[in-house]
Amino acid sequence: MNHKRLTLFAGHYGSGKTNIALNYALWLKRQGLRVTVADLDIVNPYFRTKDGEQQLKEAGVRLISSDYANSNVDLPALPGEAYALVDDKSACGVIDVGGDDRGALALGRYVPAIRDEGDYEMLFVLNKARPLTRTVDDALEVFYEIEAACSLPFTAIVNNTNLGPLTKAEDVIAGEGFAEEVAKRVGLPVKMSCASEKLSAELQNKVSNFFPIQIMQLYYMEKEGTSLGKTNL
Amino acid sequence: MSETVLMKGNEALAEAAILAGCRHYFGYPITPQTEVAAYMAKKMPKIGGTFLQAESEIAAINMVYGVAATGHPAMTSSSSPGISLKTEGISYLAGADLPALIINVQRGGPGLGGIQPSQSDYNLVTRGPGHGDFHVLVFAPASVQEMADLTGRALHLAWKYRMPAMLLADGTMGQMMEPVTLPEPCNAFGDDNPWAATGTEMKRPHNVVNSLYLSPDELEKFNFERFARYAKIEEDEPLWEEYMMDDAEICIVSCGITARVSRNAIVEARKQGIKVGMLRPITLWPFPKKALAAAADKVNAFLCVEMNMGQMKDDVELAIRCRKPVALCNRVGGMIPTPDEVLAHIKKIAEGGTEA
Repeated sequence: MNHKRLTLFAGHYGSGKTNIALNYALWLKRQGLRVTVADLDIVNPYFRTKDGEQQLKEAGVRLISSDYANSNVDLPALPGEAYALVDDKSACGVIDVGGDDRGALALGRYVPAIRDEGDYEMLFVLNKARPLTRTVDDALEVFYEIEAACSLPFTAIVNNTNLGPLTKAEDVIAGEGFAEEVAKRVGLPVKMSCASEKLSAELQNKVSNFFPIQIMQLYYMEKEGTSLGKTNL
Repeated sequence: MSETVLMKGNEALAEAAILAGCRHYFGYPITPQTEVAAYMAKKMPKIGGTFLQAESEIAAINMVYGVAATGHPAMTSSSSPGISLKTEGISYLAGADLPALIINVQRGGPGLGGIQPSQSDYNLVTRGPGHGDFHVLVFAPASVQEMADLTGRALHLAWKYRMPAMLLADGTMGQMMEPVTLPEPCNAFGDDNPWAATGTEMKRPHNVVNSLYLSPDELEKFNFERFARYAKIEEDEPLWEEYMMDDAEICIVSCGITARVSRNAIVEARKQGIKVGMLRPITLWPFPKKALAAAADKVNAFLCVEMNMGQMKDDVELAIRCRKPVALCNRVGGMIPTPDEVLAHIKKIAEGGTEA
């Protein structure tokens, strides 16, 4: 799979941008590149790139994120360091853009530099199982809203159709078909299909450009196989 | 049942309210529940409903009062500091016997506190959030699926008993994503509500929606009548879940996200041979008192796992009449207990350290 110096992940909120961005950064690192990740999500103070800080550190990936991420301060502040990503051309940059048009607005200030350099991929992350992007038209509505907000046109679609722990191979395959329909309408390619690495064997030859994702497990969620109790409803 | 989708808790409750027939939402943004308003802003105009960002939380709850008075289901959502502001309006809703749905996605307090999850509004909402003698129905979901299911239930019971109902979630529940199967759309509210102020067409006496009574004996009468209704609700409506309780010697009592943390701790404790189970209250008012009293006949000790300073522990002690020791494992201020912390408390109790 090809890559550009800068890779931006944008899309509907909850489409899986953060998790994919982290995994993509680690993938670039494994190709022997210098990699920096920037968390430009200033909308959602919960669940963000900083949750993967330790993993990135161990792999030698630099993380640029707001000083206020995961704190109690609800300040939509961009990290000052973020310009390093566009300025330091010796490293590959992965940008985790905030969700929807509101999240993508913050990207705007970096767009002139990104356009000037011209070595980037702007990816639209799409999960068909999200209720507000279930149809091609709904997905395109979000697609155009984001482009308008940040003034950077998308260059490809990323299929990330999943139902969390319930995801089956056929969901990912159906998601690829859906992503292709959306892609066709806007004249772009589908760059890859993402899914948990647990589905690797089932998906390897079923989707083109399968990109396995290591899912970050949150400690307060049940471990796999923990059953539910009897509910008096 | 419809298809399964992947949703945030905040989105799931918003969609569930729409599917249950609610077409009027009034709110004011606050983390960690802003997705409720964002979802409603996108959805309501497309289905002929009302989304209105009010000038304040107080304005929003009074708009809910206005719609409810006309006999239509209405809702508002906020997080802890915003709920404090709404308490005046909630008391007026209760005093006027109006149904309403109020969402509270709790964050740390007191004061402005923080934006991370908490369960520290337990006392505020289970005692009747506002002045005067009253209750609201309180539901504590522990999954995104329950965020959806209990929202529908809250709306319908609010209607059935003509009283406000609250979905008491926490920041984690609101923000986390899980697969959810949404309920089928329904509308059980009807257009003909005998108490609604919809215009008489000169065919019937006026319906008056009001909480002011000029004569004290009249006000007393309504208070007694309301509490007779509450007594029936305490009999009929408590909900809870039992997990590994059949042979349990220690009973964890926990709701919402801490119940899920506790479940991991129980599985680990069972591997180590400790007989521990959980009784998870799903309704916090009415509190499942009888179920807890029955559990007290079987177990040696209770352990409350909470994200507050032990607010529910008091209710557990009352429900079991202090017959067994009740210990507390808690984190506050936006911190979530880990399964290891819960396990350490379980072990301490198993080794005989059951002092409350």
